[in-house]
Amino acid sequence: MVLQPASTEIEAHAASIVDDMKDLEGPLLPILHQIQEEFGYVPQEVLPVIASKLNLSRAEVHGVVSFYHEYRKHPAGRHVLKLCQAESCQSMGSDAVAARVMQALGIDFHQTTLDGAVTLEPVYCLGLCACSPAALLDGEVIGRVDAEKIDEILAEVRS
Amino acid sequence: MKPRIYIPRDSGALSLGAEKVAKAIAAELSERGIKAEIVRNGSRGAYFLEPMVEVETDAGRVAYGPVKPSDVKSLFDGGLLEGGSHKLSLGDPEAIPFIARQTRLTFARCGIIDPLSLEAYEHHGGLAGLRKAVAMTPADIVAQVTESGLRGRGGAGFPTGIKWKTVLDAAADRKYIVCNADEGDSGTFADRMIMEGDPFVLIEGMAIVGVATGATKGFVYIRSEYPHAVAAMSRAVEIARKAGVLGATVLGSPNAFDMEVRVGAGAYVCGEETSLLNSLEGKRGIVRAKPPLPAIQGLFGKPTVINNVISLASVPIIMDKGAAFYKDFGMGRSRGTIPLQIAGNIKYGGLFETAFGLTLGEIIDDIGGGSATGRPVKAVQVGGPLGAYFPRDLFDTPFDYEAFAKRDGLIGHAGITVFDDSADMLKQARFAMEFCAVESCGKCTPCRIGSTRGVETIDKIARGIEPEKNLALVTDLCNTMKFGSLCALGGFTPYPVISALTHFPQDFKPAPVAEAAE
Repeated sequence: MVLQPASTEIEAHAASIVDDMKDLEGPLLPILHQIQEEFGYVPQEVLPVIASKLNLSRAEVHGVVSFYHEYRKHPAGRHVLKLCQAESCQSMGSDAVAARVMQALGIDFHQTTLDGAVTLEPVYCLGLCACSPAALLDGEVIGRVDAEKIDEILAEVRS
Repeated sequence: MKPRIYIPRDSGALSLGAEKVAKAIAAELSERGIKAEIVRNGSRGAYFLEPMVEVETDAGRVAYGPVKPSDVKSLFDGGLLEGGSHKLSLGDPEAIPFIARQTRLTFARCGIIDPLSLEAYEHHGGLAGLRKAVAMTPADIVAQVTESGLRGRGGAGFPTGIKWKTVLDAAADRKYIVCNADEGDSGTFADRMIMEGDPFVLIEGMAIVGVATGATKGFVYIRSEYPHAVAAMSRAVEIARKAGVLGATVLGSPNAFDMEVRVGAGAYVCGEETSLLNSLEGKRGIVRAKPPLPAIQGLFGKPTVINNVISLASVPIIMDKGAAFYKDFGMGRSRGTIPLQIAGNIKYGGLFETAFGLTLGEIIDDIGGGSATGRPVKAVQVGGPLGAYFPRDLFDTPFDYEAFAKRDGLIGHAGITVFDDSADMLKQARFAMEFCAVESCGKCTPCRIGSTRGVETIDKIARGIEPEKNLALVTDLCNTMKFGSLCALGGFTPYPVISALTHFPQDFKPAPVAEAAE
């Protein structure tokens, strides 16, 4: 069980991140990236903090957070596995790779296993199109994913 | 001289195990008590040979690949450091047919040098273009780029020099250079390779545009799916700043230019220039209507040059070698070279920089060696998710902006994704609509709603529900999307859909329904 810090602690931490970065030109995306980097997701309670410090409405900040696929509303699992599902990987059987991984983990895309071990996400192109099908496990790139590599990935996320 | 071993750190090579190979080589060196320098270079782009290890010998470089960690011991036993023979030996890397047949202008250093060594960059001809540029008038720089015939490599193919001239002529207290490195198209990886393998060429290109237009600040907007490119670019910017390539006095000239790396957040539509500008400003990545052009009112309302990575990375060599040198390559109105990215189900996949004009057939069969699976090639999607699917009948199309447009296709960012005969083109057409539905910014109704209706209608065709009527409906819908969307996402999604319908009609015939027995 991961203990979540209390709201006031989250707000104070977020406020210091905003203070550090608010002088950048167009600071909102860098701030949100930093918040996600430090908390693992973008907690709802930081939105009013960002809004007031950047002189934006809460709706504007919410609009930005919800527009981009990258920002999470909830913490991810201990591992994040992204499987490329774009055309180049489709041509090399990414459907079958995804089906096999989903079956082994018992989850669908955008879900986290019950034990919190891994979150599975689709991604549309990792730029490894001459090494399809491709995957990204916790920031590590994996090309030409085959049965053997799927087993290695599964062993890694379950350990 | 200490022996020197090159092991790529390009993410394509890493995805195939380059890091483990590097560790195995380091361990083997220490076990044998040999002192050698390991250089982590970019990739030359022959991904079917990655991880490709190279050794510098008296007779030049010798390559080995694809190397697995388990090969390392035998490589050393065979005299790796002297370029000894081994079953993985490829000899002189420049003589490997896939590499020897290329014309490397933009990618001249990629895969050869340490990407983060400014010294190596200069030693291999880097900064010569910027040195010439700071001694010229802005108008002369713009004229030289215009004369070279360079067109936007992001996909639209707009003449680069003309865009710059608009910004040069715009009066403002502040101007910006924005590099579009949101390379979201499947089948493309040229931008990633340059940023990971030769980041200084992009910095040099951006500094030249800064000098040419009077802009003092640049942004590189890199997609978040490229963590290695983000790291390499960020580091390179710091190094360039420290060396005085960037800063208040670019290479000691009176020109000021500095830049920042910014990271996207997983929205495909942000590859569209106006939506990218909104994203940089910290807004939702919604497409803007044009006019006003970004060249007049771009980032934060100021005149802005927004160019693709490859366009900008091609500028230094044009400044160094001259417009005529660059213009001499290519055909028709497509001048210079284009880094083809041969991807998907292909035997010899990778980056192949060449002058415009090769036919699609030469690229797929001759250079790419046909499909990876060995089955017949059925379709080729050129230009990413918004590009048309071409059948074998159109393999005589030369790689040229106008030639592709004439056949209802586009070259886009020059990604070429190959499919074998197991591909179901109805499924591909459905995916194009589905992708558009997920990635639409929501501004234009035909894109936002039409793409969802498109998925539903194609599903009906697949189920055999009134196929004739629904095919007509999809065609009509595509027409509405094409002419009723502000940007290429809604406007070009019809390309893959209509090309699949036109060239592969058999895939849209309902499957014969199995009659119940008896």
